[in-house]
Amino acid sequence: MSEKAAKPVLQTTAGAPTAPAEVSVFQIFLEFLIMGATSFGGVVPYLRNSLVTKRHWIDDKEFVEMLSISQSLPGLNATNMAVLVGEKLRGAMGAIAGLIGMCLPGGLLMFVVGIFYHHHGDHAFITAALKGVAAAAVGLILSTVVSLSKKSLSSNFDFVFMAITVIAVNRLHLGVPRTLIGVGILAILFHYPRKGQKAEVAP
Amino acid sequence: MNQIPALIRVFSYLSLLTVGGGMAAFPEMKILTVDVHQWLTFPQLIHLYSVGQMAPGPNMMMIVSIGQWAGGTLGAIAVLVAFFGPTAILAFVVAKGWRKLEKWPWRTSIQRGLAPVSIGLLLAGCFSMAKGAVTGTETAGIAVAVLMILMRYKINPALLVIASAIVGLFTFMPK
Repeated sequence: MSEKAAKPVLQTTAGAPTAPAEVSVFQIFLEFLIMGATSFGGVVPYLRNSLVTKRHWIDDKEFVEMLSISQSLPGLNATNMAVLVGEKLRGAMGAIAGLIGMCLPGGLLMFVVGIFYHHHGDHAFITAALKGVAAAAVGLILSTVVSLSKKSLSSNFDFVFMAITVIAVNRLHLGVPRTLIGVGILAILFHYPRKGQKAEVAP
Repeated sequence: MNQIPALIRVFSYLSLLTVGGGMAAFPEMKILTVDVHQWLTFPQLIHLYSVGQMAPGPNMMMIVSIGQWAGGTLGAIAVLVAFFGPTAILAFVVAKGWRKLEKWPWRTSIQRGLAPVSIGLLLAGCFSMAKGAVTGTETAGIAVAVLMILMRYKINPALLVIASAIVGLFTFMPK
């Protein structure tokens, strides 16, 4: 990797603690590949540990900021964070490197698992084990719902918006897009910017 | 029959519904992949999603398996690009503008407003999955136990999923 061009130093802020000297596209790919291969049980803690604590590519404030953007946009946190961090470090190439690195290990694994399950999924012991796994997944999602509610719901009306969303999708069968747009706009208008309220970074 | 165009259409559409997490798209995913295109059955979809929770990386990688079943290796790649491409481009474009809007008061309103809706979508996805996954006292017990343990203790969820597989093996194995 000797393509590092001699670059004129434009700024004199050499002492900035979180400015990585020069992160190559390959380094970005490798770091996200490692996370993509090791992040069992949820990506967010691994992201923080790797990007903030170990590599110092972004600081804690940036991390929280990027995570809140990731959560407001469609897309999974894992891949949105890969794009945001990659983009910040090395532009478009960095974003692509982060995204591919993040997706490659899990994608290959599920490719193989899918083929295996397709051929052997109807064995009695596999069906029995998967019945347990599926029930666990429901518990897992519920725990995410609870911890997200604790963290990001600010008023009792938020629980009303949450309930309307569930009813619209599961009872009225309005579909996710119409529900998202309809209830989303209502909820955003409800949280209209009040006087004296400052823009805040973390939700 | 060539399923690739349908796979691309379905998964790039689903991609845009994953506000707040992959589970938000689950009800729509069930309708499109099971009812409309019949690439797999509802129990298979639930199984793949659940197994996917044990895999590292983004937790919706089970879509690769659906692509592989419906369209072979090319189908798997098509699904991967269709599902992650649109949101990646959106994140790339929005990230720059969004940072500049730090002082814009509506930015906070949007984040606060979308929070309850995205959690609601997550819960809706959870309920439509529970319809197929929680079918009796035993499965309900496993789901509640996992929830309680995760609320109380800091433990890697992937370990609980593996433990539940073992519990399932002993509980549901025909004698």
